[in-house]
Amino acid sequence: MLELHSLTIHEIRDMLRAGQICSKDILDSVYSRIEALDDKIGAYLTLTKEEAYEAAAIIDKKIAEGEKLGDLAGIPMAIKDNISTKGVKTTCASKMLENYVPPFDAHAYEKLKEAGAILIGKTNLDEFAMGSSTENSAFKITRNPWDLERVPGGSSGGSAAAVASDEAYFALGSDTGGSIRQPASLCGVVGFKPTYGAVSRYGLVAFGSSFDQIGPFTKDVEDCAILLNHLYGHDKKDSTSLNVEFGDFTEALNKDIKGMRIGLPEEYFGEGIDPEVKKLVLDGVKVLEGLGAHVEEISLPYSKYALPVYYIAASAEASSNLARYDGVRYGYRAKDYSSLEELYVNSRSEGFGEEVKLRIMLGTYTLSSGYYDAYYNKALKVRRLIKQEFEEAFEKYDVLISPTSPTTAFKIGERTDDQLAMYMSDICTVPINIAGIPAISVPCGLSKGLPVGMQIMSKSLGEASIIKVAHAFEQNTNFTKKKPTL
Amino acid sequence: MIDKKDLHYVASLARLKLKEEDEEKVREKFSMVLDYVGMLNELDIEDVEPLINVNGMSNVMREDEIKESMDRETLLANAPEKMYGCIKVSKVIE
Amino acid sequence: MNYETIIGLEIHAELSTKTKAFCNCKNEFGGEVNTNCCPVCMGYPGALPVLNKKVVEYAVKAGLALGCEISLYSKTDRKNYFYPDLPKAYQISQYDTPLCKNGKIKIEVDGKEKYIGITRIHIEEDAGKLIHGTESEDYSLVDFNRSGVPLIEIVSEPDIRSPLEARLYLEKLKGILEYLEISDCKMQEGSLRCDANISIRPVGQKEFGTKTEIKNMNSMKALQRALEYEEERHKKVLSEGGTIVQETRRWDEAKGITVSMRTKEQAHDYRYFPEPDLVPIILTEEWIEGIKKDLPELPDEKRKRFVREYGIPDYDASVLTLTKELSDFFETCAKGHKNPKAISNWVMGEVLRIMKEKELELKDLRIKPEFLRKLVDLVDEGVLSSTGAKQVFEEMFKTGEEPESLVDKLGLRQISDEGAIVELVKKVLSENQKSVEDYKNGKTNALGYLVGQCMKASKGKGNPQIINKILKDLLS
Repeated sequence: MLELHSLTIHEIRDMLRAGQICSKDILDSVYSRIEALDDKIGAYLTLTKEEAYEAAAIIDKKIAEGEKLGDLAGIPMAIKDNISTKGVKTTCASKMLENYVPPFDAHAYEKLKEAGAILIGKTNLDEFAMGSSTENSAFKITRNPWDLERVPGGSSGGSAAAVASDEAYFALGSDTGGSIRQPASLCGVVGFKPTYGAVSRYGLVAFGSSFDQIGPFTKDVEDCAILLNHLYGHDKKDSTSLNVEFGDFTEALNKDIKGMRIGLPEEYFGEGIDPEVKKLVLDGVKVLEGLGAHVEEISLPYSKYALPVYYIAASAEASSNLARYDGVRYGYRAKDYSSLEELYVNSRSEGFGEEVKLRIMLGTYTLSSGYYDAYYNKALKVRRLIKQEFEEAFEKYDVLISPTSPTTAFKIGERTDDQLAMYMSDICTVPINIAGIPAISVPCGLSKGLPVGMQIMSKSLGEASIIKVAHAFEQNTNFTKKKPTL
Repeated sequence: MIDKKDLHYVASLARLKLKEEDEEKVREKFSMVLDYVGMLNELDIEDVEPLINVNGMSNVMREDEIKESMDRETLLANAPEKMYGCIKVSKVIE
Repeated sequence: MNYETIIGLEIHAELSTKTKAFCNCKNEFGGEVNTNCCPVCMGYPGALPVLNKKVVEYAVKAGLALGCEISLYSKTDRKNYFYPDLPKAYQISQYDTPLCKNGKIKIEVDGKEKYIGITRIHIEEDAGKLIHGTESEDYSLVDFNRSGVPLIEIVSEPDIRSPLEARLYLEKLKGILEYLEISDCKMQEGSLRCDANISIRPVGQKEFGTKTEIKNMNSMKALQRALEYEEERHKKVLSEGGTIVQETRRWDEAKGITVSMRTKEQAHDYRYFPEPDLVPIILTEEWIEGIKKDLPELPDEKRKRFVREYGIPDYDASVLTLTKELSDFFETCAKGHKNPKAISNWVMGEVLRIMKEKELELKDLRIKPEFLRKLVDLVDEGVLSSTGAKQVFEEMFKTGEEPESLVDKLGLRQISDEGAIVELVKKVLSENQKSVEDYKNGKTNALGYLVGQCMKASKGKGNPQIINKILKDLLS
């Protein structure tokens, strides 16, 4: 019982079904873990204990009465604090929304709730998901469970750290340029960024609308497949939501990968990539090769332009998406103002943090009169080239593999003053969002005691190939089983 | 390097005010990013069509059917200031 | 110096869809504040827009009726600016790919036909409404009921050459939108709004002069007056050696002047970019053909048909078809009636007069079409004199009663019984021998006097036609 918190979704689900534990036990396990550790880790911004126990009581009653249970019945979940939860504060880790309580649920959260999952709390992030270290939170920093002096990555650092420290069985994050995969990599858990449009964005507080996707953090690949089954699906409230049949992703588990074609884009193993990270990823690839996959090096020359495209286009969208925080209908309103103009300027200047303001200004600049063609329009053109290049590659390869993050977790404060170094954290993950394709990060070893993640990408809607390869890898290695000592 | 005037213009468009002591730091960071993204100028992309919808969807529309609106009290619960069922703001001079 | 005036109009028409443009909230004028709202139209974090199909359909209808090319590909864009009534701080609009472009409207100026080009028609969403307190109150209130209501913006070419033409253009456009039943087009309620750009230049000069933009014209009359004022102001400034400042000016209806809106002078930099939350609108020729086939009859066609079917003069037809309501009223009255011209006279005369005098709309009038038909019948049958008919009309307007009973109530039934009239005429003739002789001696106007005497003797109830006939018979 003591180690309940360390189990996966499929493990506790089986125990619950078998009547070995009840829903309340599961909550007890995770909340006692949070109480024991979260002062150190700082994964959570809000806990929803009361509501969670109410929900658990209902499920336990259902079990007692022999009623049919949802697939995720009684499974606790942590949700990044930029995903709307009705009646529960959704702060985006910003002073701007410190007291904001959404009047509706995000579609993704609603679906998981329908399947029986129980919200246990909202996790920390870089303010409005802008950052790669969770240091930009207005409220607290989150520490990497593998080394408390280091960052968990970002922006979904709270979600990644919660799962890595067994303070959650799974968590939801959002990924605009790597915000799920990079912290998953740095914290040694599985993180998935879906095909653009596969998971509804309704209720996700927008950062870069054409890049944003909600996705899961899990302890293993099987859990990831289980969650994708629930998260994926058409939503009429999101016009960019894909209206296709996704199938059952758990069918891609335990499959032979013999003959699968794997490409290694050389640009993702070059300059700026820590040699040990590179080695561990290539070792992982060797495992797959040993299982019968064909591996080839390829080149994706446009990938090096992904980061500039991202910083122009995502910032431009953000400048518009974040304009609504004006102190009028909700959110922070400055105490001192003597005119409408001051109400706007003071509320926004006081309510937003430095990085958010910088990106808003950057985005405003690239859209402003006289600069649109030089920046924004150009970025959209290069975006097409990057997407096309991926499409061509996927005509030859089932999946591409690269490191998720160029380095392991860095020290807290190490990159806060070096804008570009911080931005470079996303160099391997950003191209995926540019192209709108799916990718996973799976643990592939430890470098100096810190986790390294391997990124597996596929064409749009090629999730099954990713799950297949990732699961085969996991089954033939023991990296996802490794836990930090806490 | 973005000049001061442009930086102020952008800040005012975005309804943001820079603290004087932060201004140089912001200008530096801003310029660094602009220089970096200037990398795109290496590419000859004259004939490339901008990509505006990444998953290629079109014609997503709904039927013109009324659904119940949200209860006003719920909708205004987050408002910093309200009055007579409305949001209250500083006097707007038109 | 002789100047030429150049005017272009930007019209915003709210579409009369059941729901808003991007959410399922009710599209309704005048609801209790902030009750037709939801997270989408209040711009809540994470809420997303979904386009109402009818908005595209209505805009394409307008485009087809105005002879536009319909874009097979178009997209929506964000127009970014801060204002308390704009909840997302951007308006979803269309920038470089309007749904419709290159159309035209035919107007008639002094009997001559003229075409005004239409540059484009695009779809966008309306903003909420600001409610201002009294001067001493230091706040404004925001109501978001109107936020997200669908609009079409119709931009004209600078083809308009006078304030009168501007008015004729707007009247014609309004008529067409009403015929299409896609907008209420009520200027007072703001469902039809008009901004104007005006400049003047010396006759013969190619380049345009500096323009000013005029806002807040809430009626057809206001549009014309405001432009007349502004035209004169431009002329005066230029003739005194001054220069026109490019600016936005507000029409002050009460004072009859335009006033500079200094508060709007902050640079406009709307930072348009493609709306990432919506996907492109791709139309097919077949779909557009389908809409075209179902277009209702439009004013110009109806006007021709009225001339053809009812034999009324073209002028009558042009007045009667100006608004759909009036044309429908006329047609309900005239259909199958023996005397459509008389009906046309009534509608163009008394009906329009009373609407204007009482500031009423046709639907608020208590005069039903069948009443008007009957009224014409009564006159044609000699039961009612034309002056009597006007009295009956007034009474119908006041009471809503049907005309036949009013004829008796008002004691207006004419004496049309020939026997009775012969007796009456004989009596008058015997009392007016002098006039009889005058008439017989060739003074034909004596007849008029005798008719008058007969009418007097009948206390106004004699049928003048019959009196006339009998008088002539007896005098010959």
